[in-house]
Amino acid sequence: MSNTIYSINGPVVKAADTKDFSMLEMVYVGSKRLIGEVIGVTDKFTTIQVYENTAGLKIGEPIESTGQPVCATLGPGIISNIFDGIERPLRDMTKLNGVFVAEGNALFSLDTEKKYDVTVTVKVGDKLKGGDFYCTCPETALITHKCMLPPNVNGEVTFAAPNGQYQVNDTIIKIKLEDGTEMPLTMVQKWPIKKARPIARRLPINRPLITGQRVIDTIIPIAKGGAAAIPGGFGTGKTMTQHQLAKWCDADIIVYIGCGERGNEMTQVLEEFSELIDPKSNRPLTDRTVLIANTSNMPVAAREASIYTGITLAEYYRDMGYHIAIMADSTSRWAEALREISGRLEEMPAEEGFPAYLPSRLSEFYERAGYVKNLNDTEGSVTIIGAVSPQGSDFSEPVTQNTKRFVRCFWALDKSLAYARHYPAIDWNQSYSEYIEDLSAYFNENVSPDFMDLRQEISNILQEETKLMEIVKLIGADVLPDDQKLAIETARVVRVGFLQQNAYHKDDTYVPLEKQMLMMKVIVSLYHKSLDALKVGVMLSDIMATGLFDKAVKIKYDIPNDKLGMFGDYLKEIDEKIGALSVSLGA
Amino acid sequence: MSLQYVGLKDINGPLVALEGVSGVAYDEIARLRLNDGTERIGRVVELEGDKAILQIFEGTNGISLENTRTIFSGKPLEIALAPEMLGRVFNGAGKPIDGLGPVFPEKMGDVNGQALNPVARQYPRNYIHTGISSIDALMTLIRGQKLPIFSGSGLSHNKLAVQIVKQAKLTGEGSANTMFAKSTPKGGTDAANIGSTGDFAIVFAAMGVQNDVANYFRRSFEETGASERVCMFLNLSSDPIIERLLTPLCALTAAEYLAFEKNMHILVIMTDMTSYAEALREFSSSKGEIPGRKGYPGYLYSNLASLYERAGVVEGSTGSVTQIPILTMPNDDITHPIPDLTAYITEGQIVFDRDLDQRGVYPGLSVLLSLSRLMKDGIGEGYTRADHQAVANQLFAAYAKVQDARSLASVIGEEELSEADRAYMRFGRLFEDNFLNQGFDENRSMDETLDLGWDLLCTLPKNELDRIDEKLLDEKYDPARAARFL
Repeated sequence: MSNTIYSINGPVVKAADTKDFSMLEMVYVGSKRLIGEVIGVTDKFTTIQVYENTAGLKIGEPIESTGQPVCATLGPGIISNIFDGIERPLRDMTKLNGVFVAEGNALFSLDTEKKYDVTVTVKVGDKLKGGDFYCTCPETALITHKCMLPPNVNGEVTFAAPNGQYQVNDTIIKIKLEDGTEMPLTMVQKWPIKKARPIARRLPINRPLITGQRVIDTIIPIAKGGAAAIPGGFGTGKTMTQHQLAKWCDADIIVYIGCGERGNEMTQVLEEFSELIDPKSNRPLTDRTVLIANTSNMPVAAREASIYTGITLAEYYRDMGYHIAIMADSTSRWAEALREISGRLEEMPAEEGFPAYLPSRLSEFYERAGYVKNLNDTEGSVTIIGAVSPQGSDFSEPVTQNTKRFVRCFWALDKSLAYARHYPAIDWNQSYSEYIEDLSAYFNENVSPDFMDLRQEISNILQEETKLMEIVKLIGADVLPDDQKLAIETARVVRVGFLQQNAYHKDDTYVPLEKQMLMMKVIVSLYHKSLDALKVGVMLSDIMATGLFDKAVKIKYDIPNDKLGMFGDYLKEIDEKIGALSVSLGA
Repeated sequence: MSLQYVGLKDINGPLVALEGVSGVAYDEIARLRLNDGTERIGRVVELEGDKAILQIFEGTNGISLENTRTIFSGKPLEIALAPEMLGRVFNGAGKPIDGLGPVFPEKMGDVNGQALNPVARQYPRNYIHTGISSIDALMTLIRGQKLPIFSGSGLSHNKLAVQIVKQAKLTGEGSANTMFAKSTPKGGTDAANIGSTGDFAIVFAAMGVQNDVANYFRRSFEETGASERVCMFLNLSSDPIIERLLTPLCALTAAEYLAFEKNMHILVIMTDMTSYAEALREFSSSKGEIPGRKGYPGYLYSNLASLYERAGVVEGSTGSVTQIPILTMPNDDITHPIPDLTAYITEGQIVFDRDLDQRGVYPGLSVLLSLSRLMKDGIGEGYTRADHQAVANQLFAAYAKVQDARSLASVIGEEELSEADRAYMRFGRLFEDNFLNQGFDENRSMDETLDLGWDLLCTLPKNELDRIDEKLLDEKYDPARAARFL
């Protein structure tokens, strides 16, 4: 007996009186064969969320079971592509449907025509286990794709094709499974998007994801394999920050998920990334980027899926031994998709209408980040950076609060900083990173032994300022003693000269760690020298008149990234000019 | 021959339920014929077994369980599309109400629209000159952008919208004419005329606005000679509330058709989005849905996005859809769900400030709260002027400091302020009175606006201008420029 549609309410469709479906199974709904997923099974009704627009569906149209969960298609051709939330290639869709997204196309995710230059790395008789590589091919100029046995498959190679040009669906090897059956393997495998790909074990987190953004790398760093949240009201620069990270962070591959956000933003990423040249490889950034675009007006259920699709793609490349950074913009839209579906199912709502399972879904997602030893003994990592769009810019709302519990790095974007056009508007008082201790050894060994000390000094100056500003707000700055005024002046240098970073300036958009460290050194040295001078009776106004503070603010523009030798002159000048003030007093 | 269903099962607010139906499609349109001969339009919003729930656009007044016959059309709601829509007035459901008869359709368009494929979009880059200093310099409007106006009751948002329409002009493609020259020849909107007045048109959607307001817009369009280039969809505050949910859909369908198929530049003005969202809340609660924040349905974000995302520029067409939705913030609260969700979807916002408005500053825009996200790519060399970004950054930063100085002054008094803070206090006043404030008929060029910005910045000490490149500053900074203010 065939199963048919019993009821339709927005993206939720039900079938009555059937036991044919299993949870999270993928189904085709209606005569247009819309893609759907089973999200509830009772003896009366099977509930299905449909990933496409349900307008025009009729009661009584067939629902077709596929017997397998919603899967991501994994193989060469993912990088530099753009997909919708269920991994349908948007470029191919324009060829088929024109400028609008139409429903009912189960397009194959990858380019089946393109030929790859395949090197087969196994021979007949080799015993392979899940995760082992069997062939490689250059996918883009930056990324070598390595095909692996699906994690749950073991066996002996009975056929291996010679090296040569192959399409993704060509059989590369055949293996004999333990039960004696022979299994052909192409360059493509499928994996259910809601299930984490298996790993050998997790490794300790101790390497930073270097982003070239001073406030992040130095003050609130994130580790490779870590998870960070960027909460911020509208207009505070969440998307801008994510773009900067996607452009400059030292991951091998970026998975950028536009989840329920603006269409024009995705277009911008597409355009900008194909024009921007990665300085390390001299290739366009698209060569290492995958885009998943489920804009706010695309179907809401596919928005929910887009996050899972993105992380599954990331895990697949991690299994090849790459370091992946995921930008999820925005997880709030994903949570809202959960709320919307939950509402249609008439589930009992928890806080603000969000379903009670919101925290467990969030934790499942963020826990898929990690620095791991893969099944094939390579090491790889997935770093998740999720934007959060709190309702009414109120960080106490459920999505922000629950996210905070599952990430160890929190970059709070502040409205008043954004209004003052202080970018990135990461508020150093509200933000934190629990990775600092894990990473301190790396910074001290690889950048400079006093890196963490300098960082601490800078934090202290900022804290001191926050404290003093309370007083200044009440009585004005004039009444403060000179040493406190000095702290405020130095904090200004830190804020304007160090924390503020200009994404449109050719040198300032990405700053190497070495320069970050030297900039801190100049500021800290300026502060200490001035403090010493004050102690012997020099007036603060005389110190300010040297112009050293204004000069320190402009270091970010004045010293190019490739001429770090110039820092020596700055330090010398500080010594001399402030030293001269003390001397003149003594004389 | 079509099947007619006699009678209804249930009536609840704007919703009616039918039983025993078959072959009905989700989202399709049905006609309900009443015994008195009148007809109403309904849309299928839920299907369960042989039961269908319909939303009646004109309201359920006078409908009983027995006096109707329902005919399902088998199609989603479609409106007639043709270039002749310009100059016409329609109701919220796309029916002509100006007594000029139906529009002869060139094609029929499904009002629900479909999502634009992000790959097919072009990133908006050309700016629209509005002649209003605060907007042009600090929150530049870009062709293909959606830039809402957040206002409050009693503020001059309508006046501003009219002024934008009146003065808006495109630059960069040799077409330095205003969208509607006053000398536009009156007459029919035949194809030749469309060619001669440039490819501009306005689609105006009024949702739940008062008669007076709708008339104000209509009169203003006439005065500027624009009325033949305007297509109006009116759902006034006395009109049925469910029809309000269709108004922007019809308007945007018309806009997309004119822009992407007829290659015109369409400016869509939608007012008032707050009434729209309230209609949605009413609809949702009569359907018995679980409410989200402040009683609005959980899908308010997706629903608003399905409207706002219909702005843009697409490949294969030289037209564009630019949206200026207007909404009144309930109780001037920008964190209210409607402005909050809107600003998360739109590419920036223009926010009115009641204090400035009451001081007589027109347009009294809150510079710090306002933002245009697409501005950075549509200004500067080749678009506006090379120093635009620098001036804008510095004006923002300086005006932010004005707020700090003012709050300090309110505690310790202005006399006790430091030299620098006093300079900021002065800058703040001059900025508001000369830069923000401008007449309804004053159309400032980009050069005038940016030079005015420089003049004002020169009232500050040079070392305070830390957002501007040293070289540019040396070239432009001249205390004498400030003389005319002091």
